[in-house]
Amino acid sequence: MFDDLADLYQQLILDHNKRPRNFRVLPDANCTAQGANPICGDNYTIYAKMDGDVVKEISFQGSGCAISKASASILTESLKGKTRAEVKNLFDKVHAMVTTGNLDGDVGKLAALAGVHKFPVRMKCAILPWNAAMAALDGKGETVSTETEKE
Amino acid sequence: MQTTKTVDWKTLRADFPILDQKVHGQPLLYLDNAATSQKPRAVIDALSRYYERDNANVHRGIHELSNRATAAFEAARVRAAKFLNARSADEIIFTRGTTEGINLVAAAWGTKFIKRGDKILLTEMEHHSNIVPWQLLAERTGAQLAFLPIDGDRGLLDPGRLDEFLTSDVKVLAMTHISNSLGTINPIAEYCERARRRGIVTLIDAAQSAGHRPIDVQQIGCDFLALSAHKMCGPTGFGVLYGRGERLEETPPYQGGGDMILTVDFHQSTWKHAPHRFEAGTPDISGAIALHAAMDYLDRIGRDRIAQHDLELGAYAFEKLAALQRIRLFGPTVGRAGLVSFLLDGVHAHDVVTVADQRGVALRGGHHCNQPLMKKLGVESTARASFYFYNTTEEIDRFVEVVREIQKFFDK
Ligand SMILES: Cc1ncc(COP(=O)(O)O)c(C=O)c1O
Repeated sequence: MFDDLADLYQQLILDHNKRPRNFRVLPDANCTAQGANPICGDNYTIYAKMDGDVVKEISFQGSGCAISKASASILTESLKGKTRAEVKNLFDKVHAMVTTGNLDGDVGKLAALAGVHKFPVRMKCAILPWNAAMAALDGKGETVSTETEKE
Repeated sequence: MQTTKTVDWKTLRADFPILDQKVHGQPLLYLDNAATSQKPRAVIDALSRYYERDNANVHRGIHELSNRATAAFEAARVRAAKFLNARSADEIIFTRGTTEGINLVAAAWGTKFIKRGDKILLTEMEHHSNIVPWQLLAERTGAQLAFLPIDGDRGLLDPGRLDEFLTSDVKVLAMTHISNSLGTINPIAEYCERARRRGIVTLIDAAQSAGHRPIDVQQIGCDFLALSAHKMCGPTGFGVLYGRGERLEETPPYQGGGDMILTVDFHQSTWKHAPHRFEAGTPDISGAIALHAAMDYLDRIGRDRIAQHDLELGAYAFEKLAALQRIRLFGPTVGRAGLVSFLLDGVHAHDVVTVADQRGVALRGGHHCNQPLMKKLGVESTARASFYFYNTTEEIDRFVEVVREIQKFFDK
């Protein structure tokens, strides 16, 4: 009966929520962007240090629910060393997985977010840090809001 | 029921068809009554009876159905006047709810009487619907907003400091009776009396109180009072704005259209007296009829008894939650309304609500349309359990057990 809940809050999610990785400011970041959900108050900043086209370092700061925080934490672990094109490719897979539950290929630890698709109101939580990361890498340096994004 | 001393709250549950269902395989435990209450059979029946037998437009036809619809619509106005102890049914304006009631006052009365340099006094615990309409008015007129402060997590105003804020530039005091986030019950009669002595016009947001305790606008002494039908067993999108007769007489129309006019020329019109001046267009006739049924229903139980039960549920839930570790509770420790806002250490309110939902428990998590209050409390959101008379202490025990489970779950 509580399988859906166990799917949503997998052990990996609970762990990253309690002990977020790369949870700090990057003083020498050259790409940063903020992601905010004004409805629930979730607010994260993604810091990236790009070496040409490659993510050399990436970290985050901010606060929000377990899903958004764990998503941001796993994201920082997953994007390090990737090119912009690889990040975009991964984002598309994660987005499809979170919204439909279908996983196309290997996304590593990010697969822990697959259970979110059964909770439509929580999809935004999982996607929020990704939108911020994409904005940061695009050099937009702005605040992306869940309420202006078209889903 | 009126003749018996005590009410059997459990048997009243049978009047609410929606409560008898399972959610995610568990019996529904509905604790989101501050957002909207459930509707008893009597209200649902009044709605369908109207559409099955009496539906017609009001104040326009001379045929039988139109007469019936008009009579029922105006009977609801008389009923609402009695429910609030207004002096006359002419003091009752039908609206879409509390939000529209406050907007009407700010836009119509406010635009005429509020000038540059005037002050609009609110409190820090107001719902967005009792802040934003005044911000719009302030922007248009050059008036300023001021806020009566709360004392932190306990969420109490300090009546001792009221005089300090009632300066000669204050023209309006608009405040909530019961806070939807804190459960604070404000001593509104005292506030209105002290404001009125200085010639300050008063508005009370009764969204959270109208279905939970007796409301007597003459005893409160306010100039305006707004409520929403849907939080008191009635339909959504309907409400009442009470306005003191002399205030309504000096207030220009809010919206223009049919039903509010006496004569219309190509270039100018004359309008009806209150309350019809403020009700342009075909109103929500079924809403008025259903609200009438809701008010009858509440008075059959007795609003004083509902208020007593409400206090008991609020106190019981607060006490049970206060016994838990690693929880932060908001609102007064004693004399609170039947709702409790809380935060669990290390667990976001939305995670609390998601897990509770899987256990069949409907809570609310978020800023509750109280963003400035949340900022003052230094939080982004809270989780909230809000009760109505059909809730029981056994249900609160089950809810507290679920909260305990949530704490364990996120401790893994
Ligand atoms: C204190 C308070 N004021 C105003 C409102 C607004 O009511 P409505 O949305 O029915 O207009 C609410 C309910 O959401 C409330 O709790």
